[in-house]
Amino acid sequence: MSTSVSLSLRDVHLAFGSHQVLRGVDLDVARGGTACVIGPSGSGKSTLLRTVNRLLEPDRGDVLLDGRSVLRDDPDALRQRIGMVFQQFNLFPHMSVERNITLPLRRIRKLGEDEAVARARAELDRVGLAAKADARPAHLSGGQQQRVAIARALAMQPQVMLFDEATSALDPELVKGVLALMAELSTQGMTMVVVTHEMGFAREVADTVAFMDAGVVLEAGEPAAIFESARHPRLRRFLSQVL
Amino acid sequence: MDPLRTLWETFFDWESMREALPEMLTVGLPNTLILAVTAALLGSALGIVLAVAGISRTRWLRWPARVYTDVFRGLPAAATILLIGVGLAPLGMQVWGPNPYPLGILALSLIASAYLGEIFRSGIQSVEATQLEAARALGFSWREAMRRVIIPQGIRRILPAWVNQLIALIKDSSLVYFLGLLASQRELFRIGQDYAANTGNQSALLLAGLCYLVLTVPLTHVVNWIDQRLRHGRPATGPAGDDPDDLDLALPGAAGGNQR
Repeated sequence: MSTSVSLSLRDVHLAFGSHQVLRGVDLDVARGGTACVIGPSGSGKSTLLRTVNRLLEPDRGDVLLDGRSVLRDDPDALRQRIGMVFQQFNLFPHMSVERNITLPLRRIRKLGEDEAVARARAELDRVGLAAKADARPAHLSGGQQQRVAIARALAMQPQVMLFDEATSALDPELVKGVLALMAELSTQGMTMVVVTHEMGFAREVADTVAFMDAGVVLEAGEPAAIFESARHPRLRRFLSQVL
Repeated sequence: MDPLRTLWETFFDWESMREALPEMLTVGLPNTLILAVTAALLGSALGIVLAVAGISRTRWLRWPARVYTDVFRGLPAAATILLIGVGLAPLGMQVWGPNPYPLGILALSLIASAYLGEIFRSGIQSVEATQLEAARALGFSWREAMRRVIIPQGIRRILPAWVNQLIALIKDSSLVYFLGLLASQRELFRIGQDYAANTGNQSALLLAGLCYLVLTVPLTHVVNWIDQRLRHGRPATGPAGDDPDDLDLALPGAAGGNQR
């Protein structure tokens, strides 16, 4: 794994037309730390995640990796440093599992075929799916697909990983395996931002939990502080509904 | 003479057919295939350019693609072939001499590209937006994401429509006879027509028609077969090595929009 970096968002604003989705978000994740972002649907969590790797460009504010603003970097180069995992897995259905991983390695990292395959095999092994290398994504369960998606992102040796409700589309019995993999990554020192509805995961794994509502972080802190002694009434109400 | 018998002999005179058959197979069939397949390939290359221009975020690419498509889809094929074949003849004269064959191919390609461009565009647009997002998140440029991820998926979905276009081209290739081809360049229809004109008997033309059916009817079944396969998935997964996952497709340089 390549060295992790710290991540900071400063006063990030973003509007879609007249709809203000992010209204000044601040978030800090220490190097190797894990931040979980929780909050009701439509609060801007997924949008926030996309401003980190600039799939969406913030209208205002700043995104910093190791204290340095990345908003003027080449976005493609920036995204090569940041892995992202989606709710719907988004594997490329027209290629094998292994090819899903080697394609970016060969085309972006410019690895030779042998080296790319070796790294893909190693990552598949790490997520417990070495036997599925030749299968098409459609022949895998949702949980397996998500683990492949994580392997694909990790193979690029990112410095930060973003998870956008990575387990929300999974059948309940498949959630555990994916969460275990994410927890393992966290303990290995990957800097992670995890948008999630899994409060158990947030409580156990996160260093920081940020509660978002209506485009701002209303409250952030250590899991114990958020889950046991929440101050903001909105957060307390939210927790009473989901816990 | 018995009118029924006259009718029969007009269309089913075996002697006339036997006479025309060798030339039909050795000259007409190859030429028809060359015209149709070359035009399908050139039309596909240009069609992809049109498709990508058509969904570009740059108005100056979208508009010309739109106008081109409307014009070449809107004109009768015969008019386009005549306009290009005759209109560009002086130019062609300087490039390859007095030979209307390349102009015939060009005209067929231009017509096909207008249809194929629309087919490719719908195929590309049918690929979920999340696929583009996933590719961009990995660090692919817009251009590379289109080339490696979106277009290969789109193309699979439009294969039936593509084969339909090939069928149309096989039929439309008969129209290049307007351009006055050399004896060795004549395609199926022209050879049938020449025999019919010389003998006053339509049997050779009917034979040409049968040749077209031998080409087109199996292709329509190929379309149905591909369609079925796409609908119900392939029976088994092949080995990873032979996945044509990253077809080396040429993309227009100008179309590499800077979507972020």
